[in-house]
Amino acid sequence: MSATTMRAATRPVKRAGNRRFRRLILPLFVGIVLVMVWQFLVTALKVPTYLVPTPLLMFKTLVTEFVPLGLALLSTLKITLLSFALATLLGVLISFVFVQSEVIEEALFPFAVLLQVTPIVAVAPLIIIWVKNQTAAMVVCASLVALFPIISNTTLGLRSIDPDLKSYFTLNNSTRWQQLVRLRIPSALPYFFGGLRISSGLALIGAVVAEFVAGTGGAGAGLAYEILQSGFQLNIPRMFAALLLISLTGVALFAVMAWLSRLALGSWHSS
Amino acid sequence: MDHAVSDLTRLSKDQSAIPAVEVLSAEMVYPNGTQALLPVDLSVAEGEFISLLGPSGCGKSTLLKMIAGLLEPSDGRLQLWRKPVKSLINTGRKLAFVFQSPTLMPWASVHSNVRLPLDLEGICRADADQRVTEALNLVGLGNFADAVPRALSGGMQMRVSIARALVKQPDLLLMDEPFGALDEITRFKLDAEVLNLWLEKRLTIMFVTHSIHEAVFLSTRVIMMAARPGRVVEQIVIDEPYPRTADFMVSPRFARYAKRLQDSLLSASAGLEEEAV
Ligand SMILES: Nc1ncnc2c1ncn2[C@@H]1O[C@H](COP(=O)(O)OP(=O)(O)OP(=O)(O)O)[C@@H](O)[C@H]1O
Ligand SMILES: [Mg+2]
Repeated sequence: MSATTMRAATRPVKRAGNRRFRRLILPLFVGIVLVMVWQFLVTALKVPTYLVPTPLLMFKTLVTEFVPLGLALLSTLKITLLSFALATLLGVLISFVFVQSEVIEEALFPFAVLLQVTPIVAVAPLIIIWVKNQTAAMVVCASLVALFPIISNTTLGLRSIDPDLKSYFTLNNSTRWQQLVRLRIPSALPYFFGGLRISSGLALIGAVVAEFVAGTGGAGAGLAYEILQSGFQLNIPRMFAALLLISLTGVALFAVMAWLSRLALGSWHSS
Repeated sequence: MDHAVSDLTRLSKDQSAIPAVEVLSAEMVYPNGTQALLPVDLSVAEGEFISLLGPSGCGKSTLLKMIAGLLEPSDGRLQLWRKPVKSLINTGRKLAFVFQSPTLMPWASVHSNVRLPLDLEGICRADADQRVTEALNLVGLGNFADAVPRALSGGMQMRVSIARALVKQPDLLLMDEPFGALDEITRFKLDAEVLNLWLEKRLTIMFVTHSIHEAVFLSTRVIMMAARPGRVVEQIVIDEPYPRTADFMVSPRFARYAKRLQDSLLSASAGLEEEAV
């Protein structure tokens, strides 16, 4: 054990490069092995296609059904991104209100929690009845799901200031505005981006749930509708293909948020 | 040049001037009922180098924060240049505070960190940048302006913190155990730097420390404090000329002062030890 660790320790640059390589290659390798095992098992055990299709068939379906599934993906993505943006905007605004005074936060925070713990599937039908516009209704649902992490993380971040640094600003006769811009917001950024990463995934989940509840087809049908439809038609390979698209979207969103966060925080925070 | 001024001359010269700091029966009881400081009376002349020495918990930080205006005394008053602490701006004098930890903004470069007080004051960019460069050169960090704080060692970060205090060109510099976390060699170097600055700029310094050696080496006067409840028990003038060198540190006079402070510190901590047993 010691020989390898020692060699690794003396070459930190190489090790860092190795780690990045491993973080990409290892999961990819595991994924390929799993897909191969899946292909082998389904073929060997002669599992009927209407239960579990082979991955090959799934990919084939993805290619042949690329246009309808792609359009559905775009529609789901639209709801996701709209609600993610709305949740971010609202969440940040609410956090700024919260940090203005402890009293406001104490009075309102339980309602943010209430919002968070109420299952969206239970509320969605109501929202869809109340909000006439279908897209708007779905955006509202998904935003509600994505909102909480932004509020709680940003509020925590805006509050988590080094007390001595705060004293330093006070000593230098800084205005409230200067403290906000030069101290609170920069201190909150790592927390804020942590919230964004969680919320991006939640926005996607919220969008899919909202589509399920709305259950509408037609021009703006999303991936959830495609899954429902494929289920009714027992077109399981298509269902798998849609599922794959949703998962890949989630991973892509997470990756983009991680990249953005690294870009914004630069070298000062190694979160 | 004329560094061999004895502090007695300094003191007598300053007696005519108004005192930089006056603590007038200021007392501190924290909201939770802790009596951090019994009423303290203290007067610091302009140009003095005061060390506050005492066991942990005797209220050194509390006193310093009251002088800075970060804490309101629960009773009594404090004055800076004969004005209430809050009206210091109106006197045109400036105060700077160096905390025990560097307290830098981790997201900003060394240069931006040092420029912070000037930015907050609204000084124009070009002037500010020039003053920052001067301050960084003064603490020997001219080449590190673009570094981020966490790329620097603890001692270097502390020097950035001192540069940030100096860039304001303060008349009163309050330092709360600035070098407590540093190794002895680095601490000794920084002590010497602070002393040089003080001699050059003729500012007033109040310096909290746990170290008897630091106190003797640096100060014109040592304020000895005791804990439970926190109070000032003794004031000892270190009547030695500046500049003080390494030779002074090994002289019998230094040893006598150190012994004197040690005895005083021991009796100031005596109550504590009984309590601890
Ligand atoms: N915010 C606070 N609330 C309540 N009690 C406090 C607070 N800050 C300090 N104290 C108490 O006041 C007393 C003096 O504290 P202070 O920090 O001034 O001591 P100190 O001399 O600076 O000690 P040290 O050398 O350990 O830094 C201590 O007993 C401490 O417990
Ligand atoms: Mg202290």
